[in-house]
Amino acid sequence: MGALQSAPGQPEYTDLAEKTGFSFEQIAVLHKRFKQLSHNEETLRRDHFEKIPDLACNPIRAQIIGAFFDKRNYRQNGEGSVEEIGFEEFLVVMSHFRPPSMHFTEEQREGIRREKLRFLFNMHDTDNDGTITLEEYRHVVEELLSRSGALGKETAKSIADAAMLEVASISMGHMEPDEFYEGITFEHFLKLLDGFEIESKMNIRFLNMDTATMFKSKPMDGNEFSSAYIKFSIPSIQQVSPKVNAPFRE
Amino acid sequence: MRCVRRAASPQGQYQSSAAASPDDSARPAGSGRSLPGRGLLLLTVLVLLEGTVFRLGAASTPDVSGHDTKDHHKATAIGHNSTKKAFPVLDLDYGHIQTPFEISLWVLLASLMKLGFHLIPRLSGIVPESCLLIVVGLLVGGLIKIAGEKVPPVLDSRLFFLCLLPPIILDAGYFLPIRPFMENLGTILIFAVVGTLWNAFFIGGLLYAVCQIQTGNSSELNGLGLLPCLLFGSIISAVDPVAVLAVFEEIHINELLHILVFGESLLNDAVTVVLYHLFEEYSGVGTVTVMDGFLGIISFLVVALGGVLVGAIYGILAAFTSRFTSHTRVIEPLFVFVYSYIAYLSAEMFHLSGIMALIACGAVMRPYVEANISHKSHTTIKYFLKMWSSVSETLIFIFLGVATVDGPHFWNWTFVTVTVILCLVARVIGVVGLTYIINKFRIVKLTTKDQFIIAYGGLRGAIAFSLGFLLKEDHFPERNMFLTAIITVIFFTVFVQGMTIKPLVELLAVKKKQEAKRSINEEIHTQFLDHLLTGIEDICGHYGHHHWKDKLNRFNKKYVKKCLIAGERSKEPQLIAFYHKMEMKQAIQLVESGGGVKMPSAMPSTVSMQNIQPKKLPPPKTVERALPQLPKGREEEIRKILRSNLQRTRQRLHSYNRHTLVADPYEDGFDKFILKKQKIIELENKIKEMNNYLTVPAAPTDSPTMSRARLASDPQAFSVKPDSDSVPIIQVDLASPQSPDTVNVMDEFRRADQEENQGLMMRCPRGPSEPKKSEDTEGARDQQKLMRCLSDPGPSADEDEDEPFLP
Repeated sequence: MGALQSAPGQPEYTDLAEKTGFSFEQIAVLHKRFKQLSHNEETLRRDHFEKIPDLACNPIRAQIIGAFFDKRNYRQNGEGSVEEIGFEEFLVVMSHFRPPSMHFTEEQREGIRREKLRFLFNMHDTDNDGTITLEEYRHVVEELLSRSGALGKETAKSIADAAMLEVASISMGHMEPDEFYEGITFEHFLKLLDGFEIESKMNIRFLNMDTATMFKSKPMDGNEFSSAYIKFSIPSIQQVSPKVNAPFRE
Repeated sequence: MRCVRRAASPQGQYQSSAAASPDDSARPAGSGRSLPGRGLLLLTVLVLLEGTVFRLGAASTPDVSGHDTKDHHKATAIGHNSTKKAFPVLDLDYGHIQTPFEISLWVLLASLMKLGFHLIPRLSGIVPESCLLIVVGLLVGGLIKIAGEKVPPVLDSRLFFLCLLPPIILDAGYFLPIRPFMENLGTILIFAVVGTLWNAFFIGGLLYAVCQIQTGNSSELNGLGLLPCLLFGSIISAVDPVAVLAVFEEIHINELLHILVFGESLLNDAVTVVLYHLFEEYSGVGTVTVMDGFLGIISFLVVALGGVLVGAIYGILAAFTSRFTSHTRVIEPLFVFVYSYIAYLSAEMFHLSGIMALIACGAVMRPYVEANISHKSHTTIKYFLKMWSSVSETLIFIFLGVATVDGPHFWNWTFVTVTVILCLVARVIGVVGLTYIINKFRIVKLTTKDQFIIAYGGLRGAIAFSLGFLLKEDHFPERNMFLTAIITVIFFTVFVQGMTIKPLVELLAVKKKQEAKRSINEEIHTQFLDHLLTGIEDICGHYGHHHWKDKLNRFNKKYVKKCLIAGERSKEPQLIAFYHKMEMKQAIQLVESGGGVKMPSAMPSTVSMQNIQPKKLPPPKTVERALPQLPKGREEEIRKILRSNLQRTRQRLHSYNRHTLVADPYEDGFDKFILKKQKIIELENKIKEMNNYLTVPAAPTDSPTMSRARLASDPQAFSVKPDSDSVPIIQVDLASPQSPDTVNVMDEFRRADQEENQGLMMRCPRGPSEPKKSEDTEGARDQQKLMRCLSDPGPSADEDEDEPFLP
């Protein structure tokens, strides 16, 4: 419903909306944010992300930023990383955090679930060899605990070891002493987080974005967006569930 | 278990005295507090109860005894008044012990019923416990009535609100699953506040309308004004936490639905309290102005937020107190109970929402208290709360049954039927309507099935009854009719809905609760996801609730934890705390499971560390490590055996000490000795096996887990004497004394035992491998240390655990 009445003058959004499942309002809001982050440039670079003040104390900042520049997350079967991203890539990465619609069938839900888990898996699997090795997993836990000093560093290893043992025992069952568990494959990863209900957890509310906080968080640029924010954020409160229900394909 | 019980006993005494005192004052005639009047009252109640209770509780006692005691007692009572009398050799003064005795008998009845309920096979699958208990209550009430006695006013409102309700609510609050609760707080609040308001006004308003229509043919409904109707509506509309808990615990529904219904039942208390007082106040006056409505809203905010505030203050106080209890572990659990009870009472004192205060108190104190107190205290708290709340719950349902038989009823078909129907209709409309609005804002939408369960799970219970009971007869001539209708609605919801909800849940295939075992991987990913979502929100420039949660967490870590948690634990991130907890659980499972049992935990011995270690480095063969490395699985087994043996020997060392928690030293008999012998043979076989088993070496020292595992593979692992019935040398480690008492006791025992040990060691044969003497003692000390960490993991013990034991 909201798709027609809002933002009629932006036909370029239609394409993006189809591709990512975001509504026009959401795209508009995210576009503003994109421009704000990139200082009105066409592309975003890593240092743009690093300047976000709230992100500074996030322990897994590097991984989050990395995910935006990872080709695997663009739904195009690409590999490797890029140096700068356009708005489309930004939006595609963001769309992994879109909440699933209520009208999804079980199959679609499972698809969403796989997709979200794949995103997580890619964040862990830094060298893109299809498995999360012990080294990579340790790195994940170390990053998680990176804000807790030396104590964390030591314990991180043992936590990762214990977690890896658990994965091995869940996915392999019995292992002979001379066998070697190479790492978590995606299938094992799915099995591992079977009861985790990621589809209901890995979601962000892209609407209801508070204009006031947006002004506060951008000391660098002027007032040129303020009217746009108000315009787009007010209808967004009424229109909540994204219209496009087309399932994604990997 | 034994320790838990011992620790619990002082609190038990406290509780019984605490329970007794309000009960005294709650008795109807107890208004005159003068001694003779009170004695007379006690006497009458005694006579009443004597007949009933004895007939029930002790069927085996001969009937004569009842009469006998009565006569005796009368005689003594008269005897007091007479001037001079022979010195009584055997005196019977039942009045002296009457109140606590009666309370104990009721509790005993409740516990026996609960016991019996679970003994009858397959019964629990068909009928919910609450229904059965009400039936028991009905029977008891009926028996009392048949006996021609006056039924004691068991479900007295003060008794209910001051004694029976708090344990249940504290149990719910302390073990409240905070995460799902906070994530669904908005939905819960809307259901609790708007839903309850809607229900109250819908039921009250329509009842009034029905009364107006019915004026012609039934005279009872004639004088029923709008305000009493609304008052009745507000009493009947609140979903009852006790009933919800009792039913929902049995159907194992998924977490989301459980927290929605249960959270609603907890948080609607504030609305009910305010509505109740408001309507009660004004039904005397007869008119309500807009101003009064406005004041009502203000009052709601004050009642709700004030309750939370009071609870939070006491919660923080409790957390702060628990910071300093490391030397008196025995009374740790007491602080949790007392502070929460005081919070409840303080809130009730100002007519704030006591339930919300308790919930807030429990939820606020728990994370800090748990970090401070010892594991045993934690177990004590857990068991004590569970025991307490289940007894309370049982009593409430039994009393509900008794009160039904007892109560002065006034049955009006129209009123009762209309009430039941309106309750159902209002609930369904309310839930469907509110869900329609809520779903617009929820990420995870509530499906039709969910709505059905939420609507159907709206059970009413004893709170409504007690509120109705509180009404004054002279202000509300309809009180009896109200009570009858309330009881009918309660029975309808508990029996019909409570019994059918389980088959319905299965029929609709509503998602059930999954196994609660939380794996370390899930914990890692929960944390990871939290940070990830916060990060994405920050990138979006969107201050959503992840953002605020993160801010709050950081504030908590930076300031609050430092103040409220003693020692190193305050700096521990959640993941590490979780990991330690998991390790602890496994270690305790190890110790408890004893020798030959397979490890039941998440880290089965079938997959061992070497399976996942990518290292291919040559083994660091140093001089000390000349002994063969063992595969980790074997190590685990040895460690297990060692621990269990050591644990047992250590337990037997202590004599009784009031300030520490130790086991009964004189328990083991001959059969235990035999068992131990068998275990020793097993151990010997295993050690032989291991000596044959020279395989892959482990990785070099790299992580605490590894180094800790290696500890077990050291020569000292073999140092357990085959005759483990003898006592190994106990070195007292003065570096971390628990309390001066313990050290003294242990010191004495050490001296005694060392001598004994020397003697024993002379004649007992050595194990298959030859340990060095010095290593032996050192190993024993290390393990003693380890044992202490395991048995009483205070903040100081934690350091020990991370410390490498080996030079």
